[in-house]
Amino acid sequence: MSGDDKIHLSYQVEGGDLTRAGEASSSVKQTLRKLGLDPAVIRRVSVCMYEGEINMVIHANGGLAMVDVGLDDIVITLTDFGPGIPDIDKAMQAGYTTAADSVRDLGFGAGMGLPNMKKYSDDMKIKSIVGMGTTVTMVINIP
Amino acid sequence: MTLREVRDLLGAEVLSGDELLDTEVHAAFGSDLMSDVLAFVQDQGLLLTGLNSPQVIRTAEMMDMKCVVFIRGKAPASSILELAQDRGLVVMSTPLRMYQACGVLYSAGLSG
Ligand SMILES: Nc1ncnc2c1ncn2[C@@H]1O[C@H](COP(=O)(O)OP(=O)(O)OP(=O)(O)O)[C@@H](O)[C@H]1O
Ligand SMILES: [Mg+2]
Repeated sequence: MSGDDKIHLSYQVEGGDLTRAGEASSSVKQTLRKLGLDPAVIRRVSVCMYEGEINMVIHANGGLAMVDVGLDDIVITLTDFGPGIPDIDKAMQAGYTTAADSVRDLGFGAGMGLPNMKKYSDDMKIKSIVGMGTTVTMVINIP
Repeated sequence: MTLREVRDLLGAEVLSGDELLDTEVHAAFGSDLMSDVLAFVQDQGLLLTGLNSPQVIRTAEMMDMKCVVFIRGKAPASSILELAQDRGLVVMSTPLRMYQACGVLYSAGLSG
């Protein structure tokens, strides 16, 4: 499949309001279902995208989510212009979080998102510049 | 176990998805922390939670769960129920507390 044949989805994710977070992930999930993809693949994409979307909302005041669906893989790219991540290795550790108590009251902020995204993707890269923003790219292979 | 049996065991009120009570679930997960649900749920079809937020429905949807049970008689907002309806999720509310609700279901054969 050439690059042009890929299905490209993109969403503006609003920051701040955690009650609306997940709309993009939900839309992606429904699209992948309509395409008839393997439910196991859809689950992995769902977890990766939703964790990443929540992170953009709670840590970076929103951003842009892009999903490219090819024949061999699905690539999720999440870009934000938030505060950036000063120490990515530390942020990747299970349990590490800077989330406020208000976030924890809403059921998030356990420091599990990034490790979970790593676990459920076949490849994950984080590029971040403090004061500029963060881009997280995840690849999920289609077996 | 069907969701109808879950309802009866928990003395729960069905708030959304009455028509889906014949759906079968084989295992359940109880947590107020959606981070944990995302990290640990595999094929548990039922989520018991004390967290009253739309993110409960979103999280259950992402994990392909069939039903959310709000414990301690929590009454989710109509916007939460609409979201659940839209996604084909059954929503119930039980007066039982978390430990009791999990205990009842576990004793009746629903695994973790
Ligand atoms: N897009 C982002 N912009 C800025 N900081 C981020 C971003 N994503 C993650 N972080 C930082 O990395 C930390 C760890 O992220 P991770 O997703 O693992 O946990 P969490 O979001 O704090 O909690 P959980 O994911 O369990 O709800 C966050 O607390 C935050 O400091
Ligand atoms: Mg997170």
